[in-house]
Amino acid sequence: MNAPTIEYAELAPLITIFGAAVIGVLIEAFVPRKLRHPIQVGLTLLALVASLVQVILLAGTGIVAAVGAVAVDGPALFLQGTILVLAIISVAFFAERRLEAGGDAFAPAASSLPGSEEERVLVRERMLQTEVYPLVLFAVGGMMLFPASNDLLTLFIALEVMSLPLYLLCGMARRRRLLSQEAALKYFLLGAFSSAIFLFGMAFVYGYAGTLRFGEISEALTANIGQDGVLLAGVGLMAVGLLFKVGAVPFHSWTPDVYQGAPTPITGFMAACTKLAAFGAMVRLFYVAFGGLRTDWQPMLWAVAIATMLVGAVVALTQTDIKRMLAYSSIAHAGFVLTAMVAADSSATAAILFYLATYGIATLGAFAVVTLVRDSGGEATHLAKWAGLGRRSPILAATFALFLLAFAGIPLTSGFVGKLTVFTAAVDGGAAPLVVVGVIASAVAAFFYVRVIVLMFFSDPAPEGPTVAVPSLWTAVGITLGAAATLLLGIVPGPLLDLAQQASIFVR
Amino acid sequence: MTFPWLTTLIALPALGAVLTALVPSGRGTLAKQVATGFALLTLVIGALISIQYLFDVDMGVEAETYEWIAEFGASWALDVHGISLALVALTVLATPIVALAMWHEAEDEKRDPKAFFSLLLVVEALTLTAFLSQDVLLFYVVFEAMLIPLYFMIGMYGGPQRRYAAVKFLLYNLVGGLAMLAAVIGLYVESVNSGNPSFFLPDLVALDIDTTTQWWLFIGFMLAFAIKAPLWPFHTWLPDAAAEATPSNAAFLSGVADKVGTYGMIALVLPLFPDASRDAAPVIVVLAVVSIIYGALLAVGQTDMKRLIGYTSISHFGFIVLGIFALTGEAATGATFYMVNHGLSTIALFVVVGFLVSRRGSRQVEDFGGVQKPAPKLAGAFMFAGLSGLALPPLSTFLSEFLVISGTFLRYRPAAIIATLGIVLSALYILWLYQRTMTGPVRPAVEGMPDLRTREVAVVAPLLALLLVVGVFPKPLTDAIDEAVGPTLVEVGVEQPEPLAPVAEHVEEGTGR
Repeated sequence: MNAPTIEYAELAPLITIFGAAVIGVLIEAFVPRKLRHPIQVGLTLLALVASLVQVILLAGTGIVAAVGAVAVDGPALFLQGTILVLAIISVAFFAERRLEAGGDAFAPAASSLPGSEEERVLVRERMLQTEVYPLVLFAVGGMMLFPASNDLLTLFIALEVMSLPLYLLCGMARRRRLLSQEAALKYFLLGAFSSAIFLFGMAFVYGYAGTLRFGEISEALTANIGQDGVLLAGVGLMAVGLLFKVGAVPFHSWTPDVYQGAPTPITGFMAACTKLAAFGAMVRLFYVAFGGLRTDWQPMLWAVAIATMLVGAVVALTQTDIKRMLAYSSIAHAGFVLTAMVAADSSATAAILFYLATYGIATLGAFAVVTLVRDSGGEATHLAKWAGLGRRSPILAATFALFLLAFAGIPLTSGFVGKLTVFTAAVDGGAAPLVVVGVIASAVAAFFYVRVIVLMFFSDPAPEGPTVAVPSLWTAVGITLGAAATLLLGIVPGPLLDLAQQASIFVR
Repeated sequence: MTFPWLTTLIALPALGAVLTALVPSGRGTLAKQVATGFALLTLVIGALISIQYLFDVDMGVEAETYEWIAEFGASWALDVHGISLALVALTVLATPIVALAMWHEAEDEKRDPKAFFSLLLVVEALTLTAFLSQDVLLFYVVFEAMLIPLYFMIGMYGGPQRRYAAVKFLLYNLVGGLAMLAAVIGLYVESVNSGNPSFFLPDLVALDIDTTTQWWLFIGFMLAFAIKAPLWPFHTWLPDAAAEATPSNAAFLSGVADKVGTYGMIALVLPLFPDASRDAAPVIVVLAVVSIIYGALLAVGQTDMKRLIGYTSISHFGFIVLGIFALTGEAATGATFYMVNHGLSTIALFVVVGFLVSRRGSRQVEDFGGVQKPAPKLAGAFMFAGLSGLALPPLSTFLSEFLVISGTFLRYRPAAIIATLGIVLSALYILWLYQRTMTGPVRPAVEGMPDLRTREVAVVAPLLALLLVVGVFPKPLTDAIDEAVGPTLVEVGVEQPEPLAPVAEHVEEGTGR
């Protein structure tokens, strides 16, 4: 028996991230506490940048590596690169220490009881916990592997590697710790449940096809006839697991609570990157493995897309908390992406890739702005407190308005081009009615985005309103990059569109 | 390579907007000067471009095409034809006038005026792009994007209810715009299916789209334009915006920016969807006639002067839409000419009312009376602007209204006859407004009202002069428009009814020669 060949060069981006994550754990164990923060931040950034460079060098590759387990192709590399860029900006936000006097956004020790003497001591001594960084690296590794997975087992392992650190990260907020821990528990329970359903679906699919590899499943679709029940049950159950991760209705109920409870930099990271990874995995699974079944799964995705767009947009109208509002807005955006997915061709893949990249950038920026608007209780996330922000700090408010306009899909922002690409793909794929629903949902969504802009610019400031904290260079640069990219990709989207188009072919 | 005139025309106000925004806060006057300077510079370039088309002097202006988003076949494609020329001329003329008129309105506010002046130039650049664009995606982008600066202009400067008016304005227009987005995508997919993915207008016009699809796309485009222009029953945002925005802003909004809607109907909808336009024309004509009468009737009943002018605009937009969808050469020329004249006339009315409001501190008709005694020049300007609003010959508005009605008469007689009622009503609302505010016993609060100042004369005089000059000497402009309207109607493929008299003769009549 021959030993399997592993394509180390092609897998280097993943190996770099996982290796750095393991080293991060060792640092936690052996390096004195005071030195840990700079070392961890440095190591994390270094690993992310190194991995990004490797991804860029691999551009144009199209192979199935590691004995059929991992695909290294256009969509995978595009998504990995985007996830890495977003993660680098996220880490810059995690490392922000100027907003909380002497601390960051995370509890000094996640294990200390909220309100206990132990916690007070740790806060007083300005302890920083640095477990965040290795956890983030593991999550990023999982996210990178998820859309590259080319067999069912790798897919499931990537899902868990991505999700477990996120459950933990959600519970680490420095302020409002009970809310944060509740969010983490909710996310964990529902996430574990969805993973189980996903695994169950995998078993059905394996039972039908007798193989775990996507390519072979696709072949089995044409060979095996007469066991459609088992197969469809499998596809349906796997879809539930993936739709849960992207936050599509009716599997969206965790989103607002988790987005609200998690530390805001983590919310931004999660909102941007998880969606990217999960959509990437979903597109690969449905196009490569289940492409032959599209007439069976398209009606289901139609229904889910319509429900997701409408529920996301309508429920967002009633929100009074900015983080919850952004959560529902992210649900509506998942619906917009699903409209393109229904089309199921390479132009749809390109549209989804472009949309996810632009949405991720704007989301990260928007949540970073949320971290800056503060009052005595920490972040002032209640919408009423944002009144008159445009008068007190016009630049910050204008930046946030730019992100909101991008979410609303107003021209000259990246959001418009994204919406144009996904809707074009949908109409092209014969889903014109979905686009009509999408347009209606966009109109509803525009209302709540505009409401925030009205509040910021046209309302008089509340007498005891929040202050806008002056961030360190980390956050300032991150937000500026996000805003610049949002504007630039709205005016000259050509290069990124071109890249997405070139990257839209799956290796089989 | 020749000088890129058209791109320069757009780039100048855009640059001006950036420079105005960069003026340090607190230096309000400097910001105003910079903005007005750039608006005047744009006017000069606009005038040079116009010369080529109005008087056949070769200035080297030609169509420009640069690649923009290759993946979609979208390009930065600009061109001038008679219809766009008329509207470009209106835009470049109106902007410096509005900037001058805003000079003091902005200072009354506690806000820094530079944002308003900067946004005004942004809107000018976007409006010019819309009129010059030969690319449907580019048109759509600027059509939607201009909502945002206009929204801030209404919401940040203006009356007590301005927030409500601004949000209403934005949401109405966004809904229309999103419907249009769906239609733009549908249109693009048609071009993809034909094997030549493109947003270039001539390519799209050449497509052979089946009638059912045309209908859907027509509805998407028309909804956006009918909200923008505004056509009954999509008009309700306009009176609120007109009342709450500052007078000069309201002037720019209904005088210039809303013309993008009617421009879209004649320059995009008719050539792109000829079958659907032909079939839907009777419906649109009915809506237009309803707008004319409804707007006029509600104008009669208003007690707020700015709201009143807002309703007169709805009536006048009804005339423009009527002229476009009558689908005769005469009516279409009249409608395009009407867009320019209505712009001039509405701006004059809003600006003069703005002077009144700033003196008296009230927009209510009942707070005025006998103004012509203390301020005869102001009352005279008001009279002149009002007469242009009711289309008195030889003012330019007369000719356009006449062309629209006589052109409509060839195809839709009842519509033309009912529309004529609108003219009668316009005499009623204008003259009655004049009577109530300017004549009669001098109200105590009006006593000592100062007359027009130099800056105010500089604002009003060009408008009134233009209304008169274009009315007496319309031929270069109507000829240029006529040339562009002809091909558009050929595209629609309707048979032109036998004219009762050629257009040239009406022009002669209109001049009174």
